[in-house]
Amino acid sequence: MAELDQITEGVLKQIDGQGFKQEGAYNLRYNGYSLCHGSTEHIQIKRKEDKPGIDVYISGETRGEQVHIPVVVSTSGMTDVVYNDFYIGEGALVTIVAGCGIHNSGCNDSRHDGIHTFHVGRGANVRYEEKHYGEGEGTGARILNPVTDVIMEEDSVFTLDTAQIKGVDSTKRETHVNMGKNTKLFVIEKLMTHDNQTAISNIDIYMNGEGSSAQVTSRSVARDGSDQTFHPRAIGNAPCHAHIQCDSIIMDHAKVCSIPEIDAQHVDAAIIHEAAIGRINSEQLIKLNTFGLEEEAAEAVIIENFLN
Amino acid sequence: MLEVKDLVFHPLDNGVEKSIIENISFTVNDGEMLVITGPNGGGKSTVAKLLMGIEPLDAGRIFLDGTDITEYSIAQRANAGIGFAFQQPPRFKGMTVRRFLSLAAGSELPEKECCDLLSGVGLCAREYLNREVDGTLSGGEMKRLEIASVLAKPHKLCIFDEPEAGIDLWSFQMLVERFEELHAGKKESLILISHQERIIQMADRIMVIKDGKIAAVGERDEVLPQLVGNDIGCVCQNQSHKA
Repeated sequence: MAELDQITEGVLKQIDGQGFKQEGAYNLRYNGYSLCHGSTEHIQIKRKEDKPGIDVYISGETRGEQVHIPVVVSTSGMTDVVYNDFYIGEGALVTIVAGCGIHNSGCNDSRHDGIHTFHVGRGANVRYEEKHYGEGEGTGARILNPVTDVIMEEDSVFTLDTAQIKGVDSTKRETHVNMGKNTKLFVIEKLMTHDNQTAISNIDIYMNGEGSSAQVTSRSVARDGSDQTFHPRAIGNAPCHAHIQCDSIIMDHAKVCSIPEIDAQHVDAAIIHEAAIGRINSEQLIKLNTFGLEEEAAEAVIIENFLN
Repeated sequence: MLEVKDLVFHPLDNGVEKSIIENISFTVNDGEMLVITGPNGGGKSTVAKLLMGIEPLDAGRIFLDGTDITEYSIAQRANAGIGFAFQQPPRFKGMTVRRFLSLAAGSELPEKECCDLLSGVGLCAREYLNREVDGTLSGGEMKRLEIASVLAKPHKLCIFDEPEAGIDLWSFQMLVERFEELHAGKKESLILISHQERIIQMADRIMVIKDGKIAAVGERDEVLPQLVGNDIGCVCQNQSHKA
């Protein structure tokens, strides 16, 4: 079992809500290399030979197992690019817990680009959790640019649950999903930016299969002088349903831009988009004041629950 | 005991001072139920908001158990023992009913206590615990939850602004029972703003507010006969004021 330093332990606590353990199926990427990994009967993790990253093979027999693949970058000035491919067998039921934390205590930028591709077999049900987090007293930026590609075969279900907790100076998230017949996609995106951080999230969902459906829920809070841009895009190429909901709380001098795009290429494509950007509702604050919470505490409760 | 002395509220409306509340004084004794009624737009809800500090007073003083709370913030008034149920409660995206009630109670509530509170206002408890306090709840459900939030902890004084509004008849009967229980306990003073005869009939005292002034105030048996079957505004114009 690999020994982990205090910084790594601390970052793992932030990014792996289920609790990272060196048991079962797991891979801990640390400063650009795989520090430790393990496989199980149903889930095999293999290092790539041609480029950095792993291939994760999840058999159709998998029932409720978890795979933990966190990334920790604690070297200032490092740029880490990783390619992880997931092959999920027919009928598998699995939870994949990813996430990246950067601890930067130096003056150079630290960056991690995680490029993940999911091949979701027929009838499989995948929950993918990804938390991003940054910390450290250094002046160097903490940068995370994830790319998530999902290919969904017939009758499969994919849940993408992403959260950027705090401390990430710059992020550009690219998500592309190709949906087959009778597939279901759930995307939950939670984002908080502060200081002068910037965040861009582009999501392209191609509903190519008849009976496919997508539900995208994006909630964000922009504080201080931070800047957020959301561009969710749903393309209905078949009889399908999609509902995209983007809600943002804007505070201080922050900027939030939400660019919805719904594109029906079939007469039976039913696609809805809702977007709202606004300050914290004063009536909510007053209500929490009547519970005995002063302004700052009330504000914190509203944000915490909004991003819940 | 709540003592209210010479409340005045003159907000600016397009730069022009508008008289909304004029020299309103009254008291609510410990364990007493005061029902405030009167025509729409007369100033009832504004009085309630002034008591809670939601609107700023232009003049007057408010004392709770002898302590001058006039300068207290809303949260300080809450912590001093005043509970407040809004006529139109706000919704909270992402907040569960259980979390909402726990915040109202000031500590994490066990499941059973949450269930009891919800059942007490006619909501099927377990079904609601993990629901969000957002647009998925109907107006009537929000209203009942709002009342449950005030009942989540003991107060010296509870203010309910039109608790009956938007509530169906079956649930209304449950609410009346909750208010009767509260009142019977005599532990909390109650101010209910209402047009509902059934609620007005529960009052120890009734205060009628019209055009920002007290049009009548007195014991239930004294004021009630003048309200029932009459135009409140007309009847009250002829009443003597006893604050």
